[in-house]
Amino acid sequence: MSIDLKTIKHISKLSRISVAEKKAEKLEGDLNSIFEFIEKLNELKTENVEPLTSIAETTLKLRPDEVKSKNLREQVIKNSPKENEDYFVVPKVIE
Amino acid sequence: MSDITEQSLSELVENIKSKKLSSSEATNAFVQRSEKSKELNAYITEDYANALIKAKKFDEKPNLNLKLPGIPMAVKDLFCTKDLRTTAGSKILNNFVPTYESTVTQNIWNEGAILMGKLNCDEFAMGSSNETSFFGNVQNPIDKNLVPGGSSGGSSSAVAAQLTPITIGTDTGGSIRQPASFTGTVGLKPTYGSCSRYGIVAFASSLDQAGPMAQNVKDCALLQEVISTYDEKDSTSIDFKRNEYSKELTKDIKGKKIGIPKEYRVDGMPNEIEELWKKGIEYAKDCGAEIIDISLPHTNYALPTYYIVAPAEASSNLARYDGVKYGFRAEGENLIDMYEKTRSEGFGAEVQRRIMIGTYVLSSGYYDAYYLKAQKVRKLIKNDFDEAYKKVDAILTPSTPSSAFKIGEKTNDPVSMYLNDIFTVPVNLAGLPGISIPAGHDAKGYPLGLQIIGKAFDEQNILNIAYAMEEKINFKKNITDWWIK
Repeated sequence: MSIDLKTIKHISKLSRISVAEKKAEKLEGDLNSIFEFIEKLNELKTENVEPLTSIAETTLKLRPDEVKSKNLREQVIKNSPKENEDYFVVPKVIE
Repeated sequence: MSDITEQSLSELVENIKSKKLSSSEATNAFVQRSEKSKELNAYITEDYANALIKAKKFDEKPNLNLKLPGIPMAVKDLFCTKDLRTTAGSKILNNFVPTYESTVTQNIWNEGAILMGKLNCDEFAMGSSNETSFFGNVQNPIDKNLVPGGSSGGSSSAVAAQLTPITIGTDTGGSIRQPASFTGTVGLKPTYGSCSRYGIVAFASSLDQAGPMAQNVKDCALLQEVISTYDEKDSTSIDFKRNEYSKELTKDIKGKKIGIPKEYRVDGMPNEIEELWKKGIEYAKDCGAEIIDISLPHTNYALPTYYIVAPAEASSNLARYDGVKYGFRAEGENLIDMYEKTRSEGFGAEVQRRIMIGTYVLSSGYYDAYYLKAQKVRKLIKNDFDEAYKKVDAILTPSTPSSAFKIGEKTNDPVSMYLNDIFTVPVNLAGLPGISIPAGHDAKGYPLGLQIIGKAFDEQNILNIAYAMEEKINFKKNITDWWIK
């Protein structure tokens, strides 16, 4: 299979990364050579193989549902590029 | 007493404990050497003034029972450090100052160590040469314009050049072991679940592990026993019995069965690597180990599997960088435009490439063909190791298929860059511990490493084998301080 410019545009939209025309052409080449490399997996028959979904073969530990961190408002907002009092500010969404 | 920055971690600890050396003297010596070594570009953020203050405070009331009493240390800039900028080598986190501390670094400070600064790395740990960092290339102290490996390139350069007595890196596909191999240092990637991932900037969550990078195996064991703790803040942290690795370290590996996997003899591998591997086998035999030929039949499928699993997880982890809650924001005409411009200007080319691969393999209609397929092959790779460990206690391989290469040599061909990790990636996919130790030099005089892979949770065993082999190898460091004017 090969990835064309239309697919690049589609992935760029899904990834929320804007891609200019020139960059798209470079990506097309790079991604195709990477996928050519990945296609090697098709040599293997895997119908009867269970997928590995967790590398640590343990069950999740239970813990009491207690609030441990309090009053983090200031910390949460501290690194925001734009804020107003206790709110993150983004471009207008509703007209 | 030899020059302070020449001393290993273990020597520094001993000298501070016996009051032959103060923390201020030690910290000052490493700060001075770091100041003189700016050309290496190993640091992203320096915190020298605070380090000296902390050292002075330590000396006023020294607690000599700690494992790292007053020891200065710089760490990879992927670990969140409270109130000190943490960038992950990315423009998108250029101004990010964490309000909390990673568990691994907290463990280190709890044992008395002092933070000197944050070390350079590939952007979001995605790279094998430190060339994807927003903060520029790092020089390998071995030779000018040589890459230090990656992604923990600032860490490997700083340890090899003795700017810090020891450090920590992170390893998702080889990012501790490959740079250790390129710089003639020791690097341990622990078992998945051994070190907490809490507060480490996430790349691929089912593969990421923190680990020590050191001058020698004993120092590596000491730091591993400090950083490896069960942590309820990381749901994949595993509660198992952890050793006091440095105390239980022994060179007695008589009768240990060491496997040699035939599939690691890859096409086009330089003869020097083959020779090094043969020498390694002889050293292991000299130490009393028994050598057994084994097979890991799916080795060739590890890299293609990795380049589905890792980007898929990365695309999901990096969705959080949207210019709203923290980090860089580019202005846009509307919300979507702001997201797209922020991510396009904030991420570098390699990170964008991997996010897009990951997005594609997880997208509707392709999930089964790529991601599910990769998870199945990952299972086969893990089964290979499980089978091998019925016959052997550990596995010996080269760490990398070549020595360090020149800056710029592989940047235009992503696949040739990815091939660097051919011997290290299977270990991450199977969640196992692996250690790289310096074992020789190539014709150019550049260091080459050997890797010892262990069973899950069997760090002590591979540390012991590395410790025994280290003595037989007797590696000679070959660094001239060319960057100090």
